[in-house]
Amino acid sequence: MSFLELRHVSKIYGEGPTEVQALQDIHLSVEAGELVAVMGPSGSGKSTLLTIAGSLEDPSSGQVLIGEAALSKMSRAGKARLRRQSIGYVFQDFNLLAGLTAAENVSLPLELDGISARKARSVALKALDDLDLHEEASRFPDELSGGERQRVAIARAVVGNRKLLLADEPSGALDSANGEAVMRLLLAVCRRGVATMVVTHDAQLASWADRVVFIRDGRIVDQTLPPPGPESLLRSGHPQPGPGQ
Amino acid sequence: MSVRHALLALLSEGPKYGLQLRQEFEERTGEVWPLNVGQVYTTLQRLERDGLVESDDDAAEGPQKGFRITANGEDELAAWLRTPPDLSMPPRDELVIKVLVAWRVPGVDVHEVIQVHRRYLVELMQQWTRLKEDEAQFDLGFALAVDAELFRLDSVVRWLDTADGRMKRAAGESPGPAQPGMPRLRRRVGVRR
Repeated sequence: MSFLELRHVSKIYGEGPTEVQALQDIHLSVEAGELVAVMGPSGSGKSTLLTIAGSLEDPSSGQVLIGEAALSKMSRAGKARLRRQSIGYVFQDFNLLAGLTAAENVSLPLELDGISARKARSVALKALDDLDLHEEASRFPDELSGGERQRVAIARAVVGNRKLLLADEPSGALDSANGEAVMRLLLAVCRRGVATMVVTHDAQLASWADRVVFIRDGRIVDQTLPPPGPESLLRSGHPQPGPGQ
Repeated sequence: MSVRHALLALLSEGPKYGLQLRQEFEERTGEVWPLNVGQVYTTLQRLERDGLVESDDDAAEGPQKGFRITANGEDELAAWLRTPPDLSMPPRDELVIKVLVAWRVPGVDVHEVIQVHRRYLVELMQQWTRLKEDEAQFDLGFALAVDAELFRLDSVVRWLDTADGRMKRAAGESPGPAQPGMPRLRRRVGVRR
């Protein structure tokens, strides 16, 4: 069953001669435990799609449902609670607070949600531990590498049993080895039952997804079909090496 | 890829049998490039003819016949490893040609043509990435071969994305696809046939 669903979602910025149609009639759903990549170039509307899916922005028309609840029927406070409890965000530039340690960064959303500092810290340490970041817990962001910062940001995004993970170019600032580590982590989190949507222009990053949706000029134009098993690549039809000269 | 030099590389570790060479070749390349045994023996015969390997004189032709690299074979291998393959001329790439042609065919939406190919390439990349998912299941050779394929396909997707944007901008700026700079470009850049 879909955990995230966008129905006929459109978004228009400005009006009159300055009007920009950022999204047009988007239909998109993400199941629990499914990793969907939305792939498109800069200016295609993919980041707008992510912010609307995450209730950070309202659509001009259409509906967004998260866990079957329509965002349009929620109060501002209700949406804020939903964001704190159910949705995790990962951004290209990590967005960690520089004055807090990794553990404090991860526990912050729980404390903001009214959980005691002691309990929040214990849950945060477990989240870091689950992602193999135990060593980093007491370090500050400027003591971490880019890859480690992004992994901490993922721990923060999923702490406290969040059900929807939204990532905007999560490996954009990283080299390919760290980018791959981040995608492995997102996939592992997703496989625990978290509906995960990643927006990116990068085909290598998108190729980790179960489904890739292509967006152009604010419209979904295409999506990948469920792939055959990877073993099909290793059958005899694959290019053979050239003969010795 | 040169099977000839790959076999010399395996023999540089010590004498081996033909079947053993085939098995080790496939293991080292992550089993991405299967090799038939006939190809191994034909290549070994040519290497022996050229004085780059020697075989057991007394052993009969067959799986128990051993091969070892000669001094000339070691020199050939060392020279091959340090000589970059000739990539100076662009290959005659069917996809590149298809996009260039589609741009000028009346009634064809080149962006749609590009998307069909983009989707196909991303689907292939998804399959290769699935192979990488379980790190415990693959060795270094396999990981390197899969990475190479992913980077190759990724470069084609990037070119399609760039071409898509470039043609979109060109369509907005000029009435037709013909660009005045093209003839000069054609003269400067050759194409490998």
